[in-house]
Amino acid sequence: MTTVTAPNPSSTANPGGAPAIVCRGVTKSYGSGAGTVAALRGIDLEVRTGEMMMLVGPSGCGKTTLISVVAGILDRDEGECLVFGQDLDAMAPNERTRFRGRNVGFVFQAFNLLPTLTAAQNVSIPLLLNGVGRRDAVRRATEMLGRVGLGERAASLPTQLSGGQQQRVAIARALVHEPRLIVCDEPTSALDHDTGHVIMRLLKNVALGEGRSLVIVTHDARIFGFADRIARMDDGRITSLATPDAERTAREG
Amino acid sequence: MIGVALRMLFGDRAKYFGLIFGVTFASLVLTQQPAIFWGLMTRTYGFITDAGLADAWVMDPKVQFIDDIKPLQDTQLYRVRSVPGVGWAVPLYKGLLRARLENGSFQSCNVIGLDDSTLIGGPATMLEGRLEDLRRADSVIVDDVGAATRLARPPRFPGDPPIPLRVGDLLELNDRRAVVVGICKVSRTFQSQPVVYTTYSRATSFAPRERKLLSFILVGGAPGQDPAQLCARIEAQTGLAAYPREDFKWKTVTYFLKYTGIPINFGISVTLGFLVGLAIVGQTFYTFTLDNLRHFGALKAMGAGNGTLLRMIVTQALVVGLVGWGLGTGAGAMFGYVFRESQLAFRLPIWVLVLSASAVLLITIVSSVLSLWKVMRLEPAIVFKS
Repeated sequence: MTTVTAPNPSSTANPGGAPAIVCRGVTKSYGSGAGTVAALRGIDLEVRTGEMMMLVGPSGCGKTTLISVVAGILDRDEGECLVFGQDLDAMAPNERTRFRGRNVGFVFQAFNLLPTLTAAQNVSIPLLLNGVGRRDAVRRATEMLGRVGLGERAASLPTQLSGGQQQRVAIARALVHEPRLIVCDEPTSALDHDTGHVIMRLLKNVALGEGRSLVIVTHDARIFGFADRIARMDDGRITSLATPDAERTAREG
Repeated sequence: MIGVALRMLFGDRAKYFGLIFGVTFASLVLTQQPAIFWGLMTRTYGFITDAGLADAWVMDPKVQFIDDIKPLQDTQLYRVRSVPGVGWAVPLYKGLLRARLENGSFQSCNVIGLDDSTLIGGPATMLEGRLEDLRRADSVIVDDVGAATRLARPPRFPGDPPIPLRVGDLLELNDRRAVVVGICKVSRTFQSQPVVYTTYSRATSFAPRERKLLSFILVGGAPGQDPAQLCARIEAQTGLAAYPREDFKWKTVTYFLKYTGIPINFGISVTLGFLVGLAIVGQTFYTFTLDNLRHFGALKAMGAGNGTLLRMIVTQALVVGLVGWGLGTGAGAMFGYVFRESQLAFRLPIWVLVLSASAVLLITIVSSVLSLWKVMRLEPAIVFKS
């Protein structure tokens, strides 16, 4: 496995892009009464088109809740959150599901590939959900697998692939229907250092290269250098928002 | 997404086979037990269907089923013959008489006395001899099963099989000589006693002396007569009970359903089969769904609506139900085929298949409802929980 050096963020960032995500004063609590736990306490965040935003912070700080709200799979309690100008909370459940299916790609920590489906069949799922015919979906999925370097493994089952290859399949699945937003939850935590860098390079080149926005939740400080900006969270709040260099300086200082 | 649902189902082979086993077991029990039950029920009216020529059966109004003999006076036959629309009417004797066998033991026999001149009501299939041979002196015709089993002669040497009764052999019926002149094939009776056919006059001479010996009157309608209307006319004019053949058949079945424990016993077996199948399939299907909950969550996050997931789960349940029902029903039918020559009562009419299909459908619906409920309420955010 080749070690990939983290790129200079200024060379790939697109700070001038249109806003993809705009959150203002977002709150979210779990439970009720005395057992209420506040997961988000007034989040203000803006992610621009073509930007890779990383959400970092200790466990339980609200990172996962925030990307769940942003991706439209969890309702917020208060505040405003627009995704490509649309308020997902205002949509009917079916409409929101369709919006997610068209506009959001997911990369999960545990890959979440269906074990009984081949790589190509797994990648074709978002296309099938968007009404593409099975044959066409598998063809496009195979092409996408080629773009992530797994063209030869299209017929393999997930159990026949390494962790890194499975995550590449998951990335292909997140990209195949050309969504505008990719949400990644700890995409490198199950991978070794070198494989993690390959995955991040892939996300940077293939996903961002087409003007998409990426929001990545991670604990893995080794990949911070790939981000355009890093939002550090603690106790349901964003405590800092900085470039990787500034973040590293702050951490080391 | 139906293809994805099927691959999810077939891919987890252990659970798939567990589900198939559960449905197959339930389907087998739900097919085999009612088929045996119905086989037994058909034996209760076998004698009625064997007497195929009669359009109507006339009897004492208190008679409840075919073996419930309440004899009539012979003069009733003439009253029935006088009813307009009656083409012909013949007497029929039916009673249990003791036969003395060659080894000195006794065996109860179902003795049928047919009209001396027409022999109407006789067996349709003769294996040896002819029905007309009943006109010879002291003659009787014996059914093949009775001849080979309960009426068989003792073996020549101990340990050998009994020797079946043959044409020319002798019996004693109520101390009267009877000569076997034929072997016939009849529908199995519920009590399984040997069936002995003879003429009406000879049967009444075999029977103990009683004032009334006429068991039934078999009636054929004049051309164009509706059996139901004919029966109504007979009842109105004679005060006797008269039933079209099909009605008498169902009256007999209804009696056994109502006054014997047979339906309850079989009902318990069928219910147990249903419940065991439901438990196996419900639990396995629910576990299958729980194991795949994370994947359903991922699909939901990726844009699969509740309708899509519902179709996926229902498809999985229906495929399991269909395959299991096919295997179970096939096994049930095979069971009946293998034992077709035995004494097992087994009938597989279409309604048994409809019953088992409905029960299996119910099992799969109930089993999938729990899974559907779980998946419908599933928060897609579950996929972000490690």
